[in-house]
Amino acid sequence: MSTPEGPRRVRVTSPRTSAARRPLIPTGTREIDEQTRLGEVYMQSLIQSQLRLTLAVIGGLLVVLGSIPLLFWLVPATRTLSVLGLPLPWVLLGIAIYPVVYGAARIYVRNAERIEAEFTEFVGRQ
Amino acid sequence: MSPAISIGAIGLVVVATIGIGLFGLRISRTTSDFYVASRAISPRWNASAISGEYLSAASFLGVAGLVLVNGADMLWFSVGYTVGYLMLLVLVAAPLRRSGAYTLPDFAETRFESPAVRRICSGLVVGIGTLYLLPQLHGAGLAVQTVTGAPPQVGAMVVAVIVVINVAAGGMRSITFVQAFQYWLKLTALAAPIFVILVVWHQPVGLLDSLHGAAAEWAEPLSRAGGRDHPLYATYSLLLALCFGTMGLPHVLVRFYTNPDGRAARRTTVVVLALLGLFYLFPPMYAVLGRTFAPDLVNSGADTVVLELPGRVLPGTAGDLLGALVAAGAFAAFLSTSSGLTVAIAGVIDQDLLRSRLHQWTGGDYVAVNSFRIAALISMIVPYLAFTVTGSLSLADTVGLAFALAASTFCPLLVLGIWWRRMSTTGAAAGLVVGGIAASAAALVNVAGAPQGGWPRALVGQPAAWTMPLAFLTVIVVSKLTPDRIPAGTARSMVRLHTPEAVDVDRGLPSR
Repeated sequence: MSTPEGPRRVRVTSPRTSAARRPLIPTGTREIDEQTRLGEVYMQSLIQSQLRLTLAVIGGLLVVLGSIPLLFWLVPATRTLSVLGLPLPWVLLGIAIYPVVYGAARIYVRNAERIEAEFTEFVGRQ
Repeated sequence: MSPAISIGAIGLVVVATIGIGLFGLRISRTTSDFYVASRAISPRWNASAISGEYLSAASFLGVAGLVLVNGADMLWFSVGYTVGYLMLLVLVAAPLRRSGAYTLPDFAETRFESPAVRRICSGLVVGIGTLYLLPQLHGAGLAVQTVTGAPPQVGAMVVAVIVVINVAAGGMRSITFVQAFQYWLKLTALAAPIFVILVVWHQPVGLLDSLHGAAAEWAEPLSRAGGRDHPLYATYSLLLALCFGTMGLPHVLVRFYTNPDGRAARRTTVVVLALLGLFYLFPPMYAVLGRTFAPDLVNSGADTVVLELPGRVLPGTAGDLLGALVAAGAFAAFLSTSSGLTVAIAGVIDQDLLRSRLHQWTGGDYVAVNSFRIAALISMIVPYLAFTVTGSLSLADTVGLAFALAASTFCPLLVLGIWWRRMSTTGAAAGLVVGGIAASAAALVNVAGAPQGGWPRALVGQPAAWTMPLAFLTVIVVSKLTPDRIPAGTARSMVRLHTPEAVDVDRGLPSR
C-alpha cells in the first residue's frame, strides 16, 4: 500500500492576507483620471445635474422677480395698493423679497450637496 | 449736528480698524497668511467679512439717497445687490473655489491656458476696481464735509491713507477681522437710529405719511419721478447688471479664496444672503422718513440723507449721538470696501506688472511682500487722482456702471468658462474685448454728456441689457468658429471645477 501523493492538508486558521486581492482603488475615479469614455460620461452627468439645478433656481427667480415690474406696468392699481399700511411695491421690494432669496439659496445648497454626495458615493463605490 | 462727537466717533472707527489690523499682523506670519489668511476662516467669520466688504458707500449712503429722490424704482438697487450673491452662489461659488484661483486673471489663465487672456483680465480688474474705488472716496469726502464742513479732499485722503497702511501692513488676515467687525458696526449704525425713531420716540407725527396721499407719487414704481425715460427697460437693465455683475467684482473672488473648500464657499454665501437681506431693510426707511423730515435734501445732497436724518428728527444729545454713530458706520463702509478693492487690485498689479519688473531692476534683491506693498500704494493713488479731477457723481450711479462693466466681461467668462466645455480661448478673449468696449463706451458717453432723452439715453444710462447679451453671444459665436482653439486641458479643468473634494481624482494642479 502506497500513500497517495496528493497535496498536503492545511488547516485554515485565518484569511490569506499575503495572497493577491482585487484592487481596492475605486475604478470610477480611475476612469475619470484616465479620461476614458466612461469617465467623461460620469463627469458630464455630474455637470449636467448641477447645471439643471442652477437653471431651475435662476428660472424660478426670473419668473418671480421679472414679473414684478411687469405687474406694476400692466396693472397700475398695484402701484398704490395698500398692504398692512404700506404700498405694495414697498412691501414686495423692501421686505418680502429677502426671505424668498434666502429660502432659494437654502434649497439650492441642499440639492447641490445631495448631487455631490450621490456622485461621490457612485464613483467611489465601484 | 455736533462735529466734535462725530469726529470722535469717526476717530474711534479709524483707531479700531488700525488696531484690529495690527492684531492681525501679529498673527499673520508667513506669505500664505499674508495673502489668503491660510484659508482657515470659519464660514460665519467669513460671511460677516464678505458682507462687511460688500456693503459700500453706495449701499450705506447711496441707496437711501436714490430712493429719496427717485422713489420706489430705486428699491431695485438693494434687491439687485442681494440677488447678485444668489446668482454668484448658483453659478460660480463652489467651482470658483475649487478652481484654486486667487484672482480673476489666475482663473482665466489656468482655464484658458493663455497669457493673453490673463493680461486682458488684469486690465479689467484694475479698471473695474478703480471705477468702484472712486465712489468710495467721493462718499468719504461727502461724509466728512457733512459732519465738519471740511472740503471733500480731506475725507477722501483720510480713507486713502488708512486703507493703504492697513492693506500694506496686514494683508488679508487682518482685513478679514476688520471687515467682519465692520459689518456689525454698519448694521448697528443704520438700525439704531431707525429703532429709536420708530420705537422709542413716540411723537404724533405720521412717520409713514410720505408714502400715502396726494404727494405720494414719488413712492410709486415706474412713475418717472427721477425724470427717466423708458422706466420698464431701465428697471430690467439695472436688475440684470446688478444680478450678474456681482460675481465679476474683483474683491468678491479674492474673498472666496479664504473658504477652505467648495462646500464651505456655498454655505458661506447662504449666510451672506441672510446678512445682506437684514442690512437692506433699513436704507429705504431713511428715504421714507427723509421725505417727511428733510424734504430739502431731495433737490440737493440726497446722498447725505442717512447722515442728516438723526439730527433732523431727534432733538439734542440723542440726535447728536445717533448722528455720530451713523457717521462712524459710513466710515466703516468706505474703509472696508476700499480695503477689499485695494487688496484685489494690488494682488493683480503685484503679480502681473510689478514683481517681474522689480526682479529685473533689483537683480532679485527684494522681498515678495514688498512688491505687494508697493502695489497697494499704486492701486490707491490712481483712483485718488481720478477723484480729484472728476466732479460730483451720484454714488450709486458710478457703482452701477462698474457692475455693468463686470456683468459684460467677467460674467460671461466665468459662467461659460465653468459650464461650457466647448468654449475656446479666442472666444474668451473676444467676449472680454467686445463686452468691455461696449460697456466702457456707454460709461464714457454717460460721463461726457448723455444723449438728450428717449431710447439713446435709456440705452446708454443702463447698458447691461444689451452689452451683457452681446458679450455672451460673442463668446459663443467665436468659440463655434474656432473649435481648434479649445484649451487642451478643458476636460481636466472641468474635473477640477466640479468634482467634490471628497472624491480622490487628479485635478491637474499641484495641491497648494
